[in-house]
Amino acid sequence: MTGGSTTGDDGTRPVDTEAEEDQYANEPWPLWEVFVRSSRGLSHVHAGSLHAPDAGMAVRNARDLYTRRNEGVSVWVVPANAITASDPDAKGAYFESAAGKDYRHATYYKKSEGVKHL
Amino acid sequence: MRCPPPAGARGYEPCCERLHFGSPAYILNERSVNIRGAEGCGLNIIEVIMMATPQTGLSAVKEDPGTTAAADDAAEAGQARFDQILADDSRIEPRDWMPEKYRKSLVRQIGQHAHSEIIGMQPEANWITRAPSLKRKSILMAKVQDEAGHGLYLYSAAESLGTTRDAMTDQLIEGKARYSSIFNYPAVTWADMGAIGWLVDGAAIVNQVPLCRASYGPYGRAMVRICKEESFHQRQGFEILMELANGTQAQKQMAQEAVDRWYAPSLMMFGPPDGDSPNSQQSMQWNIKRFTNDELRQRFVDMLAEQVKTLGLTLPDEDLKWNEERGHYDFGELDWNEFKEVLAGRGPCNSQRMERRREAHEEGAWVREAAAAYARKMAARNAEQTVGAAS
Repeated sequence: MTGGSTTGDDGTRPVDTEAEEDQYANEPWPLWEVFVRSSRGLSHVHAGSLHAPDAGMAVRNARDLYTRRNEGVSVWVVPANAITASDPDAKGAYFESAAGKDYRHATYYKKSEGVKHL
Repeated sequence: MRCPPPAGARGYEPCCERLHFGSPAYILNERSVNIRGAEGCGLNIIEVIMMATPQTGLSAVKEDPGTTAAADDAAEAGQARFDQILADDSRIEPRDWMPEKYRKSLVRQIGQHAHSEIIGMQPEANWITRAPSLKRKSILMAKVQDEAGHGLYLYSAAESLGTTRDAMTDQLIEGKARYSSIFNYPAVTWADMGAIGWLVDGAAIVNQVPLCRASYGPYGRAMVRICKEESFHQRQGFEILMELANGTQAQKQMAQEAVDRWYAPSLMMFGPPDGDSPNSQQSMQWNIKRFTNDELRQRFVDMLAEQVKTLGLTLPDEDLKWNEERGHYDFGELDWNEFKEVLAGRGPCNSQRMERRREAHEEGAWVREAAAAYARKMAARNAEQTVGAAS
C-alpha cells in the first residue's frame, strides 16, 4: 500500500532511481561555443563559451551572458565538442599554399595602373 | 581509452596540449576537448599518440616529457616557438605548446580574478533592496549581473587551460583559492556603493586595461569585454558620490566617510610593493602583466587626486601632494600588515563571504541536477522519436 497518499506517492523512491541519481550527481554541464550576429547583414562571430545542460538553456544563457548591451540580433550555440579545427602545430605548412601566390591579389597586377575603373 | 582527468576534474577531458606537439595533422577543436582522427572517428589523443608512435606512445603521457628523446625534441621546439611568439608580442592560444609554469600561473591568476568577480557580487547585492530608488535598484542589479558575467568569461578563459569551472568552484568553496582582499571589507552605508564604484571598480579598470594585451589570447579577449562594461560601473559610482557630495551636510559627510573607508584598501588592490611581489617579474617576462604593481598604483593615485576635486571631497592621505620633479603625486605608506591579515582570511568579512558563497552553491545543487536530468530525458525522448521515425 501507499501509506494513505491519494497520488500513490508514499515518498519512497525505488532503489534503482536513487542509484541513477547518484550516478549523475555533480555531473558537469556540457560546454557550448557561442556565436553572435551583431546586426543584420553581418556574419555570426564567435563571442565566447558557456556551460548549459541543453541547447535551449544554452541559447538563453548566451543571451544573458553575451548580449546584455544590444551586442546581437541573433545567437548560435554549438556543442564545443562538435567543432572540428585544423591542427595548430601544422599551421605553417597547412596554410603555405596561400603564401607565395601574390597573383591571387589584385595588387599583383601593375600594368593596369592609371586605367580608370579597373 | 580516455585521457586521465586532472585531479578535481569531473567528466571533462582536457588533454595536455604539449602531447599534440609534433604529432601528424590530427584534427581537434580549440579546447582539445574532443580529439578526432583524420577520418573523423572519435579517437582520443592517447590512442592517436599510441598509433603514431607505438614504442613510445604511453610514455609521452607521463608528466616528465624528458623520458623520451621525441618528447624532448617536442618540448624544445615548443619552447622555441613559445619564446618566439612572446618576442613578437603575439598571442598564445589554447592549443599552443606552453611551459607548465606559464599554464599554472595563468590558471592561478585567472581563477583568482574569476573568484573575485563572483565574490564581488555580494557587497553590492546586499544593497539592492535598500537602494534609495527604483532606478538605483535597477542599476545595481545590472551591475551585479555584470559581475556574474565577468566571472563566467574568466572561468571560460581558465577552462581553456584545462582546469574545469567545477574544479575552480570547488577550490573556492573549500577555501583553497584566493580572491581579491577588497571584498572582505563591509559596505556599511549607501555611500559605500558610490565609493566601491569609483575606487574599487576604478582600481580594477587601471589593473585590467593592460591585461587586455595579456599574452594568453582567451584572457586578453575576456578582459576586453570586461573593461568595456566596467566603465559603466565606475561612472555610476562616481555619480552616486557626486549626488551625495552635493546634497545635505549629512549626505556629504556620508560620502566622505565612505571614501575614507575605501581609499587605502583600493590602493592595495594592485598587490604588494614591487620589491615584495614574487610573481610579478615572471609574469611580466611572459607578457601577462605589462606594468608593475607600483606603476599601476601610481597611475591610479594620479587619477584620483584630480577626480576627487570634482567631487569636492578629500582623500584620507596627509602625504598626498603633487611632486613637480617626478611629475606624479606622492602618497603615504600603506598598511601592508592589514593587507596580509585580510589575505590570510582575517579580514572583517572573510568568513561571511565564504559562507554565503558555499550556501548559494549548495542550495543551488538541486536546480543544476534538475536541469541536467531534464536535458537527459529530452535527449532520450528525441532519440526514441528519431528511431521511431526511421523504422
